[in-house]
Amino acid sequence: MDYRSPGTVKEAVDLLAAHNGAAHVLAGGTDLLVKLRAGVVAPELVVDLKAIPQLRGIAADANGFRIGAATSCAEIGEHAALAAAWPGVVEALQLIGSTQIQGRASLGGNLCNASPAADSVPALIAAGAVCEVAGPGGERQVPVEKIVTGPGKTSLARGEFVVGFRLPKPRARSGDAYLRLIPRTEMDIAVVGVGVAMTLDAAGVCTHARVGLGAVAPTPLLVEDAAKALIGTRVDAAALAALAAATSAACKPIDDKRGTVAYRIKVAGVLARRTAQTALERARGSTTKATGR
Amino acid sequence: MAKHHVTTTINGDPVEFLCTPAQTLLDVLRDVLYLTGSKEGCASGDCGACSVMLDGRLVCSCLVLGVEAQGRSIETIEGMAHGDRLHPLQQKFLEHAALQCGVCTPGFLVAAKALLDRNPDPTETEVRYWLAGNLCRCTGYDKIVRAVLDAAAEMRGN
Repeated sequence: MDYRSPGTVKEAVDLLAAHNGAAHVLAGGTDLLVKLRAGVVAPELVVDLKAIPQLRGIAADANGFRIGAATSCAEIGEHAALAAAWPGVVEALQLIGSTQIQGRASLGGNLCNASPAADSVPALIAAGAVCEVAGPGGERQVPVEKIVTGPGKTSLARGEFVVGFRLPKPRARSGDAYLRLIPRTEMDIAVVGVGVAMTLDAAGVCTHARVGLGAVAPTPLLVEDAAKALIGTRVDAAALAALAAATSAACKPIDDKRGTVAYRIKVAGVLARRTAQTALERARGSTTKATGR
Repeated sequence: MAKHHVTTTINGDPVEFLCTPAQTLLDVLRDVLYLTGSKEGCASGDCGACSVMLDGRLVCSCLVLGVEAQGRSIETIEGMAHGDRLHPLQQKFLEHAALQCGVCTPGFLVAAKALLDRNPDPTETEVRYWLAGNLCRCTGYDKIVRAVLDAAAEMRGN
């Protein structure tokens, strides 16, 4: 195995193309180094993306935010304007691993490792985040929910990688939130994770909503039926019950040591309702911290 | 495989070393530079025994490649005491008997120092969450948490 640290996107694309699938990108390394050690992957070349300026840092402009794909969760969590605009996204990515993992783990890595239970992904889906993808065919924009195609699998073509994420500027009277269920209080993998983003009109009626759902299917899901249960309502008890039912109906989970199929389906609905309540309070303008961890 | 020549800074001193691309920063610290204070517990980022600071961020050195140290600044447990004068955290770990076998201790100290450098007056809950990535299998966490809180109080001048 060799190591290169290119300084531009083009150099990285060329290195990956030259190795024709035998090279692996490195950002935070919190998944890759574990896989290297276990022999799960054995690339000829590791291409470290962290020296490429477009992969690093957070920028705010009139259209919203751009986050470099290799930016660490710790750095993102310290960005006050981003946390004010998209508190659910920031809460979600701060749930990933320990303080030590936060110092290295990247948003791009959390997505492209393609775990069905990745905490940042349902929140990014709810927020309507879009990935900038670079590769031998040039650059393209891909909605976050179109990246993961199965456990450990993505829609990225050979030689492609995520350069950055675009998060829109929140509309007026908007709020988002993310909640996950784990059996302990910290340092575990989601049994269910739900992200909700919504916008209200001046009368308090929901005009826009997106619901992202994690750990209950082979991929994180965009649940359009759950969003429809909120749109056009005042997010009252009936709407929240419809949201919970639609979320549970979207689940295609597995039994494992963290939870059974029946438990996950039930919990998904409960969490969706609680997450929507927090997003609603934020959209109404009160600043609320999500109550789960 | 050709070795890479890496120039870095460790505990304030310029350091050069040779390593293969597959060696982790922990491997380099322990086996190349003989800085054996950082420990290998799990080698998968779960236990925190290899915690170091990398450009001011707390990280597991088992999850960093040695070649990634090029041009960066690293702080290890070896830089914590000033000669014979222990850091207040080290002193409080001794006073509170916050260690038994000691394998987790360097990681806890590096992680706790990172917390107190950011937040000189953490709550017990903040200490426990911050240190959730450091595992101890013999002392238990209460003495460690008490030592950290006591060191924080002393460092604030209470």
